[in-house]
Amino acid sequence: MRRWRTRLLWLLVPVSALALAFLVSSIALAAIGASPPEAFRSMLRYGIRPTSLVSMANRAVPLYVAGLAVAIGFKMNLFNIGVEGQYRIAALLSAAVGAAVALPPVLHVALIMLVAMAVGAAWAGIAGVLKVKRGVHEVVATIMLNFVATGLGAYLLANHLRKPRVGSELLIATRPIPPSGQLPPLLVTAGEDLRSFILIAAVLGVLVYVLVWRTRFGYDLRASGINPTAAQASGVDPNRMIVTTMLISGAMAGLIGMSDLFGYFHAYTLDFPTGLGFDGIAVALVGLNHPVGIAVAALLFGWVDRAAQILDLEGIPKEVIVITKGVIILSVVVAYEVVRRLVQVAEVKAAAEETRRLEAEREPAAV
Amino acid sequence: MSQQPPAVELSGITKTFPGVVANDDVHLAVRAGEIHAVVGENGAGKSTLMKICYGMLRPDRGTIRIDGREVHFRSPKDAIAAGIGMVHQHFMLASNLTVLENVVLGSEPARGGWIAFEEARRRIRELSETYGMPLDPDRRVEDLAVGERQRVEIIKVLFRGARTLILDEPTAVLVPQEVEELFRNLRELAARGVTIIFISHKLDEVLEIADTITVIRGGRTVATVRPDEVDAHRLAVLMVGAELPTPETREATVTEHVALAVRGLGVRIEERWALEDVSFEIRRGEIVGVAGVEGNGQRELVEALMGLRRPDAGTIELEGLDVTGWPTRRRREAGLGYIPEDRHVWGLLLPSPLWENAMLGHQTEPPFARGAFVDRAGAHARTVEIVRDYHVVTPGPDTPALALSGGNQQKFIVGREMAASPKVLIAAQPTRGIDVGAQAAVWEQIRAARAAGLALLLISADLEELIGLSDTLHVIYRGRFVARLDPSRVTPEELGSYMTGAREAATA
Repeated sequence: MRRWRTRLLWLLVPVSALALAFLVSSIALAAIGASPPEAFRSMLRYGIRPTSLVSMANRAVPLYVAGLAVAIGFKMNLFNIGVEGQYRIAALLSAAVGAAVALPPVLHVALIMLVAMAVGAAWAGIAGVLKVKRGVHEVVATIMLNFVATGLGAYLLANHLRKPRVGSELLIATRPIPPSGQLPPLLVTAGEDLRSFILIAAVLGVLVYVLVWRTRFGYDLRASGINPTAAQASGVDPNRMIVTTMLISGAMAGLIGMSDLFGYFHAYTLDFPTGLGFDGIAVALVGLNHPVGIAVAALLFGWVDRAAQILDLEGIPKEVIVITKGVIILSVVVAYEVVRRLVQVAEVKAAAEETRRLEAEREPAAV
Repeated sequence: MSQQPPAVELSGITKTFPGVVANDDVHLAVRAGEIHAVVGENGAGKSTLMKICYGMLRPDRGTIRIDGREVHFRSPKDAIAAGIGMVHQHFMLASNLTVLENVVLGSEPARGGWIAFEEARRRIRELSETYGMPLDPDRRVEDLAVGERQRVEIIKVLFRGARTLILDEPTAVLVPQEVEELFRNLRELAARGVTIIFISHKLDEVLEIADTITVIRGGRTVATVRPDEVDAHRLAVLMVGAELPTPETREATVTEHVALAVRGLGVRIEERWALEDVSFEIRRGEIVGVAGVEGNGQRELVEALMGLRRPDAGTIELEGLDVTGWPTRRRREAGLGYIPEDRHVWGLLLPSPLWENAMLGHQTEPPFARGAFVDRAGAHARTVEIVRDYHVVTPGPDTPALALSGGNQQKFIVGREMAASPKVLIAAQPTRGIDVGAQAAVWEQIRAARAAGLALLLISADLEELIGLSDTLHVIYRGRFVARLDPSRVTPEELGSYMTGAREAATA
């Protein structure tokens, strides 16, 4: 019975976050002169159309991978804010390598992913090494590396990796990856096709779960996050842990662009989505750093993005939805902390009662 | 006797924490303008009492009277308003700010929204002249010596209008000359009517400075004496208790096999040797005790042995292997166990379930690991064993560690380390802050492990524990092993005089 009460408490987190987001968005909508019920109704109607659901899934996949990348760092209190830069530079270089080689289908995709992971890991690894060797906080290092990645990427694309211009074409992009390095759609619909990277993303989620919750490495990682001094005394080398975690987080970040690369663009272009790395932080927070939670959060964010598109057609600026997302993030973080404390108090109380009971049982036996 | 009421009067103060009675019916009366020392061993309840007096803790029972009026402090703010100030052992200063800025921090004299620095500067000068404590308000705290920083803390408290100063182990961080300077300042303050409560466990200092001495033992006030009525010997007996533990007759289990050999070990922190030229051996079945006042190098010794800190000199041999350059994990896998001094900082993952805590420090070995994976079933089974064999009272292996009482947490840690059958166990303060029952249980387990051939290094502030358990006893003072004593013949007073540096190096 107590277990059920705890579960109900946890359910409060998403429920209260959504309710609050609903409320604040309504106020924002009303403030700009739109009718909140009307807006929500059209979002809902538009949002449950099959094409919208496919679009939601396609949007959710990169967010999910980004959320995983951030969560791995969060698990040991390491804030990899550089997921964005790691993703961009990895997408660029892996697209360039993918276009430069000829390989059989599966191997070609695998090579592109490996290159992306290696580049993402290397970029994140710089921040890890700086922290360990020079004491630079990883937040500062990764933010700075984001700028460097943007600049370096733009330079490389414009001067070295750009596809030769054909006629009056203005698109700046790398050479196209041949079909052997593309992934066919999982589902073809009248509107948008469902990209098959979603299956790989699901596998990545399982891998992260196993790595963090079932392996010795994951135990060391979580122990370092919960109590770094105790972890150190137990034999965890904190420096090695920081670098390793940054490498894994960066490798995951490198895969954020793969869904779009394999399933849509087939080259790195200036149209590649931006801000996925930062959205990943929000997704990891809302998903409580757990692969299942991150999946739910990624789908939610993907859906909200998609459904909001209808607002423009109704004459409502869809930027209102940014407020919704912000409120969701804030209220999840706050509600999570509140519930965590409530559960903790309940657990301590229960254990204290149990202890008293056990001691009372033991006493007559001792006399 | 129409005397004025005591400046501070605590009566019947009782404070319990889960599993520990920290203060038990404590009485303390401090006259206005006197220097009143409160002495006792570590863990005797001095700090708890002073925290109550300063409003940081609320007593379960008992009353506090200031100048005869009963008060109820809800926070240090109330205590400050009543004229009580505290100088903490660890300074609470912002080193990149000036003396002036530090002094006003938190009680800035305001004039229309602006800080009245001129007024504050003037008052600081006044205070420092009145009490003979030279201090330049415009120097940065980071440029000051330790003794000067302490003066800043004192001025800061006086600036807030304190008439009673509580000093928590004020000499712990000072060199002898600074101690003399501090004592001069304190006498000056007392002469001008400031009441001083001086917490210490250094007997010679207390005898030198105090007008009245109150001794606390096991959370109770056992005596209030004047320094001319007693000597260090008598005070030590009061502190430790007349019923000194009789070293029980027990079979010698010490073997010839050396399990741990430490030679010339040294640790330098900044320019100072925090640990210097320490050499000792522990054989199988032997308990080697290290006695010393806290902060004399024990922590550095433990960290060097555990591989948490690279030593600057010397070697460490574990079972004949030179492990000096080994990382912590390799040492633990080679059979080095660790019961840390502060279980919350070094020993537990508080929000995690017990079974994950059972793995801590042993996560690479069976039954906790199978290849690269965590063996959950194995870890659960071992946790159940530890809970059963070491009498840890808990609902089960999935209970978070933070739900256990301190005593049960400690029994669990002892069980965890013992169950891994280490070859050498480093135990730092293994029974600190736990109730008598749990303490006896831990002692029993230590004795049993010794009989089974464990080599154990016992670092403790509890003299009874050290004398009762050790086969060999070393005294650590200022980072050096200054004496090697036979625990069956040594008296607590002797031990105390070595610990405080009153007696020079000797070997018994």
